[in-house]
Parts: sequence; C-alpha cells; structure tokens
Amino acid sequence: MNASYGIKSWLFTKDHKRIGLLYLATITLFFFLGGAFATLIRVELLTPQGDLVSSETYNKLFTMHGVIMVFFFLIPSIPATLGNFFLPMMIGARDLAFPRINLLSWYLLVIGGLFALFAMLAGGVDTGWTFYTPYSTSYSNTWVIATALGIFIAGFSSILTGLNFIITVHTMRAPGMTWFRMPLFVWSQYATSLIQVLGTPVLAVTIVLVFCERYFHIGIFDPALGGDPVLFQHLFWFYSHPAVYIMILPAMGVISELVSTFSRKPVFGYGFVAFSSLAIAVLGFLVWGHHLFVSTQSVYAGMIFSFLSFFVAIPSAIKVFNWTATLYKGSISYATPMLYAFGFIGLFTIGGLTGLFVASLGIDVHVTDTYFVIAHFHYIMVGGAIMAYLGGLHFWWPKMTGRMYPEGWAKLSALVIFLGFNLTFFPQFILGYLGMPRRYHEYPAEFQVLNVLSTAGASVLAVGYVIPMIYFIWSLRYGAIAGANPWGATGLEWKTASPPPKHNFETTPIVTHGAYDYSTVIGEEVEVG
Amino acid sequence: MANHVHAESLALREQFDTAEQQKDASTLGMWIFLITEIMFFGGMFLAYTVYRSSYPNVFAVASTSLNVYIGAFNTVVLLCSSFTMVMAVRAAQLGNRRGIVLFLILTLILGFMFLGIKAYEWNEKFVEHHIPGMANFHLDGIPLEQQGQAQLFFSLYFAMTGLHALHMVVGAGIVSFLAWWAYKGKYTAEYMTPVDVGGLYWHFVDIIWIFLFPLLYLIDRHLVR
Amino acid sequence: MAPQVDHLLYFLMAVAVFFGLGIFLAIFYFAIRYRRRSEKELPHSVHTGMALEILWSVIPFGLTMIMFTWGADLFFRESRPPDNAIQIYVVGKQWMWKLQHMEGRREINELHVPMGRPVKLTMTSEDVIHSFFIPSFRVKQDVVPGRYSTLWFEPTKPGKYHLFCAEYCGTKHSGMIGWIYVMEPQDYQEWVSGSVGGGTLAEAGGKLFESLACANCHHLDGSGRCPTLTGLFGRNVQLSTGQVVKADEAYIRESILQPNAKIVAGYQPIMPTFQGLVTEEGVVQLIEYIKSLNPKLPATEGTATTPAPVPGSRRPNAGVAKER
Repeated sequence: MNASYGIKSWLFTKDHKRIGLLYLATITLFFFLGGAFATLIRVELLTPQGDLVSSETYNKLFTMHGVIMVFFFLIPSIPATLGNFFLPMMIGARDLAFPRINLLSWYLLVIGGLFALFAMLAGGVDTGWTFYTPYSTSYSNTWVIATALGIFIAGFSSILTGLNFIITVHTMRAPGMTWFRMPLFVWSQYATSLIQVLGTPVLAVTIVLVFCERYFHIGIFDPALGGDPVLFQHLFWFYSHPAVYIMILPAMGVISELVSTFSRKPVFGYGFVAFSSLAIAVLGFLVWGHHLFVSTQSVYAGMIFSFLSFFVAIPSAIKVFNWTATLYKGSISYATPMLYAFGFIGLFTIGGLTGLFVASLGIDVHVTDTYFVIAHFHYIMVGGAIMAYLGGLHFWWPKMTGRMYPEGWAKLSALVIFLGFNLTFFPQFILGYLGMPRRYHEYPAEFQVLNVLSTAGASVLAVGYVIPMIYFIWSLRYGAIAGANPWGATGLEWKTASPPPKHNFETTPIVTHGAYDYSTVIGEEVEVG
Repeated sequence: MANHVHAESLALREQFDTAEQQKDASTLGMWIFLITEIMFFGGMFLAYTVYRSSYPNVFAVASTSLNVYIGAFNTVVLLCSSFTMVMAVRAAQLGNRRGIVLFLILTLILGFMFLGIKAYEWNEKFVEHHIPGMANFHLDGIPLEQQGQAQLFFSLYFAMTGLHALHMVVGAGIVSFLAWWAYKGKYTAEYMTPVDVGGLYWHFVDIIWIFLFPLLYLIDRHLVR
Repeated sequence: MAPQVDHLLYFLMAVAVFFGLGIFLAIFYFAIRYRRRSEKELPHSVHTGMALEILWSVIPFGLTMIMFTWGADLFFRESRPPDNAIQIYVVGKQWMWKLQHMEGRREINELHVPMGRPVKLTMTSEDVIHSFFIPSFRVKQDVVPGRYSTLWFEPTKPGKYHLFCAEYCGTKHSGMIGWIYVMEPQDYQEWVSGSVGGGTLAEAGGKLFESLACANCHHLDGSGRCPTLTGLFGRNVQLSTGQVVKADEAYIRESILQPNAKIVAGYQPIMPTFQGLVTEEGVVQLIEYIKSLNPKLPATEGTATTPAPVPGSRRPNAGVAKER
C-alpha cells in the first residue's frame, strides 16, 4: 500500500487497493455534494410556501440530488471501494483481471462527474433524475445534454468494473477456492456485476436517443412527430430498476460478512443466500414496468409486472431471515460494524415491506409519485445501502489503513444516524399516503407538521454523517495501530498485514476450507468487542 | 515468476499466475464486453421494432428508399472481411507472421470499403432530402401528417447504422494496431490472444450488420410497389 | 373504490407490522441472549435448515400472492368505468387543468361533479406528461400528450377535495393543483345548466364541424366519398388491412389528426389532416358531436336533463369514491 509515494504513483496506479481508495475519496465528495442539495430541499420544505428558493432552483435541486446520489455515489459506492479493495483478496488473487481497465473505470467516473458538475455550475438541470420525455427532450431549458453525457460516461465506468469483477471471479480464484467456498460478499458482487454489465448499456443507448431527440429533434419521443413518450419510460426503467439492485446487492454482501463475523458463526443458509443474490439479479430485470402502472401501460402488462415484483421480494426476504437466523446461538459482539448491520436489517426490512405496498397495483395507483415512494426507496438506499456501506467501512477500515477508528464516537454516530434517518423518512410514508406528491416545491399547509418532523430528522442525520468523516480522517494519524485481524474474522484478506502489501499475498494461498470456519481464527487476538 | 522464456510468459502480466489464466481472462473478458454491446444495440433495435409495428406502411415506404443492392453488396464486403479475419487468426495460430499481417490488412481494406460505401449511401440520403431534422425533409408517397413518422424511420436508420459505423471505425483501429504489432513479431503460435480477441470483436460488428441489413432494408419490401 | 384501497392497505400494514416487528424482536432477543461473554467462545450450531428455508420462502410467497391478487382486482376494476358514467374531458397543460363538461361548462383547475354517479374522465395533454391525482378518491392516472387516458370514480360525500398534478412537468408543477367539488345532485344540475356561451360540447362540436367543412365529405346519410359518421361511435369498423377496430374516442381523435393511419375498408385515403387546425379541446368537441349523431345512446349519457336514479344505499361515512 505504501510501496510508493507521490501523486503520480496514485494517479497512474494499477493496484486495485489504491484504486479503491481513489474511488473512496471521489464518492465521498459526491456524497456530500448530493447531501448539500438534500439539505437545501429539506430546509425549503419546512414551510408550505416556496420561500427559500425559486421554483426553477428547487426543481434543479431535487434533480441534481438524485443524479449525484444515484449515478455518482450509490452505484459506484460499495463495488468500487470495498469491492475493488477486497474482492481480489477474498479469492486469493493478486489483483483484478484487468488492472488498467480498473484505473480507466475510475477516470471515467471522474470525467463523467466533471461533466455533471459543469452542468450544475453552468446553471443546473431540472428534469428530475428520471429525465421523462417530452419534458426533458423538448421543453426543458437546462443543461440536459451535459448532465446526460456525464451519466453516459459514468455508465461505462460501471460496465467496466462489472466486467472486471466477473472475469476475476471466473478465472482468478486461488487453488481450492471453489465457488461455494467464496465469501458471500463475493457472490453478491458477482451478481451485481452481472446487472452492471447487462443493464447499463441500455441506459447508455437511451441517453443517446435523448441526445438525438434533443439536439436533432428526430421525434422519437415527441408525439407530434409520431413518437412515444412512454417508450422512454420503458427504456429508462429497463436499466434503472436493475440499477437499484446494483445499489443494494453489494450492501447485502457486506451484511453477510458483518453478521457472520460478529456472531462468530457461518451465515445461516449459505447456499440460499448465494442463490438469492443471483435470483435477485435475474428477476430484477423483469419488473421494470412497476414504475409504469399509471403511465397508460396496459392493464395486463401491469398485472404481469406486479406479479413479478412480488416474486422478486422473496429472495430478499430469504436473506433477511437467514441473517436473523445466523444470530441464533451465536457469539454476538456489539462492535460498530455490527450495529450498522442491525440497523440495516431493521431498516431494509421496513423498506422492503413497503415495497410490497407499491408492488400492489391497487395501492400503487394511490401512492405512486407521492412521498410514500420517496420514503420507500430511501429506506432501502439510505437505511439499507448507506448503513451497510458505513458498516463495511468501519469493518474494513483497520485492514485498509492499519488504524482503528474510535469505537465510542463510532457507536454514537451509528445511533445518531439510525435515529435521524427514521425521523427523516418515516413521516414521509404518512405524507405520501395523505396525498403529498413528490417533487413539490410548495404544498398545502396541512402537510407542514410532517415536513417539519422530516427536516428535523434530516438535520440529525446530517450530523450523524459528518462525525465519521471527521474521525476517519483523524484516525489516519492518531488512531490505534491495528493488527492483521482485529475482529477475529475469517476471509483471506485478514491473513495479510494491515494495510496489505502490494501483491496482497507473499505466495498465492491454497484454500482448504469454507468461507466461515471460525475454528481457524479463534485463537487470534481480538481487539474490539 | 517471470523466469521462463516462453513467449506467452514474456507477455504475462503480474496479476496472473499462468499464461493460460491470462488467456482465459482475456477471452472471457471480450465475450462479456460483446454481451454488453448486444444490450447496447438491443435498445435501439427495440425502439425500431416498436415503431416499425406502429407505422408499418410508412416504414415500408421509407425502407424501399434505401438502395438494397448497395446494402447487399456491403453485406458481402463485411462477410468477406470476417473471412479474412478468420484467416488472420488462423495464420496467428500457425505462427505465420506474414500471413497475419497480410490478412489483417485485407480485413482493414474491406472494412474501409464498407465505410466508404456507407458514406456514399448517406450522401444519397442527403441528396434525396431524407435527413431527419432538416427543414427540407420529405419522403415521397407519404402524406404530410405522416412525414414525422417517416423521419422516425430515418432517425433510427442513421442512429443504428451510425453506431455500427462507429464500432467499425474502432474495429479498424484495433485491426491496425494488431497488424502493426504482428509486423513487429509480437504474436506467435503460443501467444496470439490479442488477435483472437480482436477477431471476436470484428465478427461481432459484422453480425450486428447482418441483423441491421434485413431489418432496415429487406422487411416488407415486396409490399411496396 | 377508495375504502377498498384502504382495506388492502390495512392488510398490507398488518403483514408488514407482523414481519417487521417479528424481525426486530428476534434480532433484539438474539442480540441480548447470545451476546459474547468471553473472547474465546466459539459457537457450534446448525447453519443450514432446509425445512426452515422452505417454510420462510413459501409462506411469504403465499402472502404476496394474496396481496397481488387483491391489488390486481382493484386495479382491473379501476380500469373499467361503468357504462353510465358521466363523461368529462380533461386537457392538461403547463401548468393548469382545463376541464369540459358535455353540457358545455368549462372549468380551470376545478371540477364540479355530482355525488352518487360514476364520473369518467378522458384526458390528454397539450405538452408534457402530467398526472391527474385526487388523493381522497385514491385515483391517479398519467395524462400523456398524443393519446387519451381515462380515470373514473364515484363520489359519495359532498365536499371539497384536493386535485394535484402528480407527474413532474416543469417549473410550476407544484402549482398545478385545484379542487374537486362534489355537490348534491340537485345543486349539480343547477350548476351544470348554468349559462354557457358555446352551448353544449356537442353543439360546439357541431359548429366546428361546419367551420372545418367536414360535412362536405362526411354526408349524414352516408353518400359521398367518405364513411358516414352517424352511428359510428362505439361501433366496430373494418379497415382496409382487414383489421377490425372499435370507434372509440382515441380512434376518432386519430382519424382527425392522422387520417391515413387507418383507412376504412372500401374507401380511399383522401382525408386531409387537421393537425394544427384544431386544438385538443376542439377535438373533444368534435368527438362529442359525433357521439350525438348516434341514434341509440341512452338518455342519461350526454344530456344535462335526466340524472340517473341512484341505486342502493350508500355508506354514510365514506367521503370518497366507492365502486358500484
């Protein structure tokens, strides 16, 4: 890790560990930018009138919040940081299959991000992150093409990362590392990569068509020329639904590792969890029409998509049950990563259960395009994915940096985040069912109380996110030195030094047992409990 | 690790343990990449299919304005280029340096021929006022209120053939690089993975055209005049 | 229909609370009961259980199938307006709702309807996609340019209910709101017969029919080069391709704006397009005029005079639409 110094050694690195850290810095910047937009949104929504910013500005705020958080934070997050750093190590490899393509992926994310940032600085974009036509193609006067270009380029970052992971898992496993001896984190990364590779190109071509429509007025989405605006929705959601599984599957992989390590037990139902990851990836491609229930899509198509949407919930439920069962008769530690894991299971469960509400046609007609949906997906994305990400960061921080974070502050932040999150988003379920539509700059006065609660929660949540930023950076200099395996975890990455040497392993390991055999590590020193 | 003089191992990258692992990774990598390309083109094919079934008459008339003979000739050109590519890969497997260079250059020539003919076709569309988005767009035989739908056909035509042409240009670049390195003696019977993998890419671009040609030029041709 | 949506909601909430609480309590209990007591402890226990896996796959699946069926049934019924529904036309545009009653009254951002009768909205947009959302009635439908979409409800309690646009449509999206006024049937009759310049929608359509010279080709008796429009609405039409389509609102709209898309069997494609010559509201008026040419329409539809008799009893507290 510290093999060479200087900025060139970082910018031209081929080391997957360094690339993971480059990504970590990049997406953290994007996270706080997206968070700043969210803060402005929530402050504006304290009052029913649109008195903080103009409508044009507000519309740009929620658009840019969505664009940044989805494409420049959540999609890369766990795969590009933790996945890049640890997937090769977990299977006993020296690096990914294509290290230079890995570096290219990072540059693509940065370049895409620069285009998006340019669009924001030049005046913003106001189409919503979903870019529905014909508004985005024929009516909006904002920087649509620049933003779309940024997303297009970032999409290739995602595709190449996925491609790299798939090849690595297929061809570079250490001797003895059979598929069913791989950690579940690797399974979930593999499933995620399948989605990245198959789904993102469709988004790319959709963006190309939006570009052609906007620039050349070819009429593909313009009814006056015979085009179909709803076709855009089909093309867009064909990627963007699987995209949400890109965001949650890696998180689930992290949770498997955390729940196992901090119960000191193998994950209950390893095979079921592994296959559930694949099932979610496959089924996730079949449900996009549930975003189009009220779009004038046919009633029968709606029914098929609703049925499949319930079906895709089952593998997620299986995972939640298996994680819970892992705790049974375990040896449970309350270290910070485990607290995040508990938070994840609870909040993801709520988010997933509310997914059943929106999958149900009769209810979705009422709650679609309201705050109910916003609450649903934030429970999964923030209460789920971001908590898992933080849990993973804390878990692997000693391995990546050789330093421990301060446990007391970490536990406190976890609690603050959990409480702040619930206060922010639970009222939104109620707001949505009462009828408050989403993307509303102003709203009827009767919705104010719930909005105020939500904003109060958001301010707590913001504090919860800032504290780890501070202590993680602090720990780089002043944190306690960490050993090779402070948690008593299994997994090949814990058998090397903290931080790992450049080639990860002095010699390629030979694997002789399954992923979660704690008898092999029980004698090792455990630093934090 | 890099102690043997095997040709492949001289090209062995440090993340791989064996030459075979590297070859497997490269080949699988190209296949996965080609699958992403299928999904990419697939979106456009889907849009084309949707509109074709919505406006069958207009699209049929628009389709007949394309020169099917030139399109067919171009198809033959591409098929020949795939043949020469296969011969190049074969030459590489046999360690025949001159053969690789010869066949790659032939492939390149045929590829440029395709692109040149395509440029000619596009120019014809310009002359006939079939460029969508331009003020003088007009397709004969279609009433005024359906000119927009005719424009849709040509938009998709240019988008799909344009995307394909772009991939061909990239392919030409790849073939050029391969030819240069082959000339420099980089490829031997033991190590010819880049030629193999480049060949895969070239064949894929060819196959996309094999789908484009019937979809754009041939369907329902008999129904119009 | 709305109370039924709420019933489904309660069922889902019950299931959600059951499983949510169940997981929470299980985690809470396990986390405390099995907390780590010494650093050297190594749990030994079963970590697979086929019976358990099957159980917690099959039972949730069964529950989701109930949710699916129930929701799909509601959805299906929501997509089928009753035949005797009052027809109202809606045109959405940035950033207002324009509504037209058949008797001729037009409203902006407000809709007056009588209670106790189903109301069917036929909607289109002039520009971008909007969405017509009445939270109290639990109904919503996107309003898309270039096509018609429909939504129906039956109000059961007089009052004033929010109307929102629910699909982001640009700057004043959150200003594209209004009110639904549900009135007693008598009050509604008075209101809807109030003075109106252009007469009923059908009358306005008749005037447009004249001014656009449609009658030059479309003779009422069916002679001439063009198909007759008398009795057209709702009938099956055979096209030159052999296909048979129903002459509904969308068909008539398309025939006016894209006449060559579908040619009636036995006729030539000579009708010029009226795109750009007639607005969406004009199209709606023409549709109503053509409907009025039908001899067989029941008296309750399309006229302002006879309110439909209201069958059965109504739930006293339901302030929202109920399904017939």
